[in-house]
Amino acid sequence: MNSRVGYIAFNTFREAVRDRVLYNLIAFALLLSGAAILVGEISIDIERLVVVNLGLTAVSLFGVVIAIFIGIGLVSKEIDKRTLYTVLSRPVRRWEFVVGKFFGLTGTLVVNTFFMALGVFLALLYVAHKFEKMDAWVLVALYFIVLQFFIVCALALFFSSFSTPLMAAVFTFALFVIGNLSEDLRGFARVTTGLGGWLATAVAYLVPNFSALNVITQVAHGDAIPGRLILYNTVYAMLYSAMAISGAVLIFQRRNLK
Amino acid sequence: MTAIEILDLEKSYLVGFWRKRPKLALRPLRLTIEQGEVFGFLGPNGAGKTTTLKLLMGLVFPTAGSARILGMDMDDPRVKSQIGFLPEQPYFYDHLTARELLNYYGQLSGVAAKGRSARVEQMLGRVGLSDSAGVQLRKFSKGMLQRVGLAQAILHDPKLVFLDEPMSGLDPMGRREVRDLIQQLRNEGKTVFFSTHILSDAEALCDRVGIIHQGELRGVGAVADLTSATQGKIEIIFYAKRVPASLTSLGAEAKISGDMVNAVLPEEYQDSALEVLRREHLKLISLTPVRSSLEQYYVQKVRSTEGQQVESRKEENRRGVGV
Repeated sequence: MNSRVGYIAFNTFREAVRDRVLYNLIAFALLLSGAAILVGEISIDIERLVVVNLGLTAVSLFGVVIAIFIGIGLVSKEIDKRTLYTVLSRPVRRWEFVVGKFFGLTGTLVVNTFFMALGVFLALLYVAHKFEKMDAWVLVALYFIVLQFFIVCALALFFSSFSTPLMAAVFTFALFVIGNLSEDLRGFARVTTGLGGWLATAVAYLVPNFSALNVITQVAHGDAIPGRLILYNTVYAMLYSAMAISGAVLIFQRRNLK
Repeated sequence: MTAIEILDLEKSYLVGFWRKRPKLALRPLRLTIEQGEVFGFLGPNGAGKTTTLKLLMGLVFPTAGSARILGMDMDDPRVKSQIGFLPEQPYFYDHLTARELLNYYGQLSGVAAKGRSARVEQMLGRVGLSDSAGVQLRKFSKGMLQRVGLAQAILHDPKLVFLDEPMSGLDPMGRREVRDLIQQLRNEGKTVFFSTHILSDAEALCDRVGIIHQGELRGVGAVADLTSATQGKIEIIFYAKRVPASLTSLGAEAKISGDMVNAVLPEEYQDSALEVLRREHLKLISLTPVRSSLEQYYVQKVRSTEGQQVESRKEENRRGVGV
C-alpha cells in the first residue's frame, strides 16, 4: 500500500477508536449479545439458534450503523472543519485521501467486529458449554458481515463525496435496506416483462446484493456454506467496493473545497 | 528567482438554484513574488484573499489562468513538498495530541522517519508548545491551535510559506509571537505570502504588499516606498496650554491634548514655526515630516476604485434610462 494511504488510514483508525460514541455502540451490541443469552435460556432446545441469530444480527446492524455514522462524516467533517486543507496542501493526492479514509474505516470495523464476535462466541459457549464443528460457519457469516461493511463504507464515502452528511446517510441506509431485498427484487425482475422488467433488472443488479452476504439463518441452523459462495461473495464485495470508491474518487477529484 | 508567478488566475462560482449564474470570486490576477520576499496580501473580509490562497493550494480549481510556484506548475505534485500552508482559523483533529498531529503531518510531507521525532520536538519548542505536546487538541485554546498551525506549516522546512490571516483571533502577545516567527522565516531566507486585513502587521513585516478588493487586485507596492513618501507637511509637538496665534497664522492645524500641542503645517514654514517656539519660550518635543502610511495607500486604493465603480454604475444607469 502507498505509504501516505497507510498514514491516512492509520490516522482515521486512531481517531475513530478514540471516539467515545463508538464505544457506546459496541457496548450496546455486547449488551444485545448478553440479551441473546437470556432469550436463549428461555428458548428450550433452540438456545444456539437464538444466540447465533440475535448475536450476528446485532453485529451486522450495529456495524452498519457505525459504518454509516462514521463513513459519511469522514470527508464532510474534514471539509467543514477544514482539516482537509492542511492535508491536501501536502504531497497528498486526493485519491490517496479517499482510499486512506476507506481503509481506516474498514480497519476500524474489522477490529470492532472482532470484539463483537467475541461477545457472540462467549454467549454461545455460555448456552452450549462447548464449541461444535458447525460453529465454524459462524466465522463465515461474520466474514460476510465484514464484506457488507466494506460495501457500506464505500457507499457512504461515495454519497458523502457529493451530498450533505444527512442525505448521504439516507442514501446509504436506503441502499442497505434495498440491497437486503435484492433477491426479491431479482425475482420480481424475472417475472416482469417489457420496460418494467428491464428497469427492475437494472435496479436489481445495480443495488448491492446484501441478500447473498446474509447467511445468518443458515449458520444458525448449522447449515454449511459452500466454498463457491465464499469465493463469489469475496470477489463481488471487492469489485462493488472498488467501483463505489472509484466513483467517490472521480467526484472528489473535481470538487472545489469551499 | 521568482517564487510565485500568478498568470491571470481567475475564479467564478456558479450560484442560484440551478447553479447557472456565475459569481466572480477572483478577477484575472497577475502577480509575481520573488524568493526571500515577505509579501502581504491585504484586503477586507471577502475580498478574494482566501480564494487566491485556495487556488494556489489546489483546494479549488481556477476558472481560467494558471500559476507557477518555485518554477513549477502549481498542479505539479513536487510543489507541495516545498510549501507550507496555514489556513484561516485552523482546526485540527480533536483526538490527536499536538505531537501526534505534527508527526502525522511530517509523515504526509515525507519527512524522513529517522529525524522526524526530533524535528517535531524542535517545532513544538519553536512555537512554545513543548509543555502541551501530549495534550489532545480539543483542550487547546484558539491561540494554541494557531501555534500548532504555524508549526505544521513549517515542519518540513518549506521554501515558501502561505499564511492565511495568521494573526486572526490572537491576543497581543500571540500576535507578537507570530510576527517574530515571520521575521525569523524571513531571516532564514524563506518566502512568506500572507494574507491579512490588519495593516499594522503588514507594515511591520512586509517587503511588498498587494491590495485586493472585490476580487480585484487594486495595487502592488513596496512598503518602504509607500511609507517613505512625505506629504510636504511637518508635525511639531511641543509643551503649551494654548496654540500661539503666530503659529496659526502660518497655516498650522493644531490640537491640544493636556499640556501638549500637536501642530501640522506646510514644510516651508518649518524655520518660521521653530522661531515662534523660541520666541514664546515653548519646549519642543519633536519635529517630524508627515509620511504616507500604508493605511492611506490602502484606503486610497479601495476607495478610488469604489468611486470609479459608483461612477460607472451611474453611467450605466443613465444609459439604461436613455435606452
